[in-house]
Formats: sequence, C-alpha cells, structure tokens
Amino acid sequence: MTKAKTAPKAAPKAAAKTAVKAAKAAPAVKSVDASGDELVFTRPEAMVDRATHYCPGCHHGIAHRLVAELLDEMELTDKTIAASSIGCSVFLYNYIKADTVESPHGRAPAVATGIKRARPDKFVFTYQGDGDLASIGMAEIMHAANRGERITVVFVNNTVYGMTGGQMAPTTLIGQRTTTCPGGRCKDREGAPIRMAEIIAQLGGVAFCARGSLDSVKNIRQAKKYMRKAFEAQTTGQGFGFIELLAGCPTNWRMTPVAANKRITDEMIPYFPLGVYKDLEADGTCGSMIAPGAAGGEAGGK
Amino acid sequence: MSRITVSEERCKGCLLCTLVCPVTIIRQSERINQHGYKVAEVPADDMAKCTGCASCATICPDVAIEVWRGKKAKKAA
Repeated sequence: MTKAKTAPKAAPKAAAKTAVKAAKAAPAVKSVDASGDELVFTRPEAMVDRATHYCPGCHHGIAHRLVAELLDEMELTDKTIAASSIGCSVFLYNYIKADTVESPHGRAPAVATGIKRARPDKFVFTYQGDGDLASIGMAEIMHAANRGERITVVFVNNTVYGMTGGQMAPTTLIGQRTTTCPGGRCKDREGAPIRMAEIIAQLGGVAFCARGSLDSVKNIRQAKKYMRKAFEAQTTGQGFGFIELLAGCPTNWRMTPVAANKRITDEMIPYFPLGVYKDLEADGTCGSMIAPGAAGGEAGGK
Repeated sequence: MSRITVSEERCKGCLLCTLVCPVTIIRQSERINQHGYKVAEVPADDMAKCTGCASCATICPDVAIEVWRGKKAKKAA
C-alpha cells in the first residue's frame, strides 16, 4: 500500500519540476521584431502597466521598478506579500502585482512580522519612506531588525516628508529648508540627520544591510545588486534584509528634476555614504569594518 | 538598428534620460501630452546614433522607454 501511495505522488512532482523548468526557460526568449532587433528593456511583468501618481522626476518609480524586476527574476511574484507604508508610496499596491497589506504609519515591519510568522512560506517585504521608517516607525524597524525577522525592508530616503507637504524628516540634511524648518535645519536645535543603514547594521538579527542611490545609471545597477542580496537574505533564511535607497523629491525640494538628481550626488551621497554595511554571507563583518563607498561596494574587511 | 520608443502617455518630461544618454540624442520635444508634460523624444535623424545601452530606460522613473538593440551593435560590442 505504501509503495502504491508514493508512486502517484512522485509523478506530479516530476511534472511540476518540468513545468518550473519550462517557466524558467520562457523569459529567456526575448522579443525580436521583424528586422531582427532585440527588445532589451521593457516594463517588468510584476509591474502594472499604468501611470504612477508620482511627480515628474520622483525616484519612487525607479525603486518600484527595481522591486518588480527582482520579483520577476527571482520568481517570487506569486508568493509575495508586501506591507506598504504611509507616505507617497502608500499606493504601492496599485503598481506591483503582489498582495499588499496597508500598514499604519511606520508599523510596516510589525505588520510584516505578523504576516511572515503566520505564512513563513511567503516572501514578505516592506516598502517605506524616511518619514515613515526613521521617525514614527523607528521602534518597529529597530526591534524587527534586532529580532532577525525573515523579512526585507526597502527604505527610500529622500530627506523630506513628501506626501504631507515637505515637512522636516529625521533624515533632512543640515541647512535644508523645509516647511517646518524654513530657516534650514539647525544641528543644535533639531539634531543631525539619522543614518539608518549604519544603525540597522549594528543590530543582531540583520543578515544584509546596504545603502544604494538612484541618481545615476551606475548607482541604480549597483542598488539592484544590493536589493537582490537583501531579498536573498530572506529567501535563504539568513535573517533580516535592509536596503536604503537615496532618492530625490523635486517637488518638496523646490527644484527641477535635473537639479534634484544633482543634489543627491552633490549633497546626499557625501553625508549618506553608499556601500554594504553588513553582509553575513560575505564575512560577517559589520559597520566600521567596511569602508563606505569602497570600490564595488562589497564588504572590505581590509 | 538600435532604437528607443518613448511612451508619450507615460513620459512626465523630467528629462533625467537626457542626462544619462551617452550620445546625447534625447531632447525635450515641443509636443505636450494629455497630462500637460512636454515629452522627451529622439529626433528621427539621430536615432541611428542610438547604441541600445538602455541607460535612459534604467533611469526613467515612469518606465516610459522601451529599448531595442540591433544585431550590428551587439557584434560591434
């Protein structure tokens, strides 16, 4: 009886494997038009084909696309549950083809913890801005990271509260003018901007923590590599994955998109150095061991 | 021949693509789309210079650009 039972079970498994192989092979076949030109860049499958509500030049669109590309490439779309935040990225569920739970302000890591513990087989990520994660949600992110929850956090840092009209955020740079610090942020009065990637890297449960930027093609490609590792920290069960992305907010910085893009390069990157801050897989080094912005951004340990 | 197609419905005229194009063939057109943005374009004469590097599409926040890469460009690379 036992043998008879196992035999039919094995057959569907084999069939399923073949189906998975076929599915993997399918995306490799790229579109080719009549003249033999190859379609090398198009909208990822996991991203909904609709216009975003973001302002012109807002880097949220790039961050969304990187998430969607990785969900496609890692074949996670069907088993993903996202926890979106409050802020401009509140409408994440309109753009990513994954089930999304809308979290209270700053509480996305707590919501994601619940989802992951109830459904450990699912891929769970949160997508949060700096007003959400670094201010009201500071407690949740710190403790979720310290517990080593198997979730991934995509943190978009644009140094301002975008949705509510450009108020000062914990990450607002010294001297930056916002509606709540019209004279510019003052270090004596409001303190120095918080560097989240450095803080998160110090916590015990974190498997991967890095900071990327979305201001240039090179940095975007590097940021995607970091994001992949942050996703893999969860899929391989190593622990908490954290990726900070420096982004622009032309509207609330009162700048053109081109000037805002330049501000990331000139002002943000010097204060928020790019690089890997913790990578358990590489060598387990953490924080000060790694030279920020080192070539390739990999954990140095020199 | 390598080329790009800009979706004029999606383009918001932020012009980030003009910053990263290695052959600087992308420019702002005089056409205004239904949202009121002046869209980006590549003049027909310049399209032959396109290398199909996909830099513009990588930085486009609205995924408005599709990139086609020609066989010749691939061989040369």
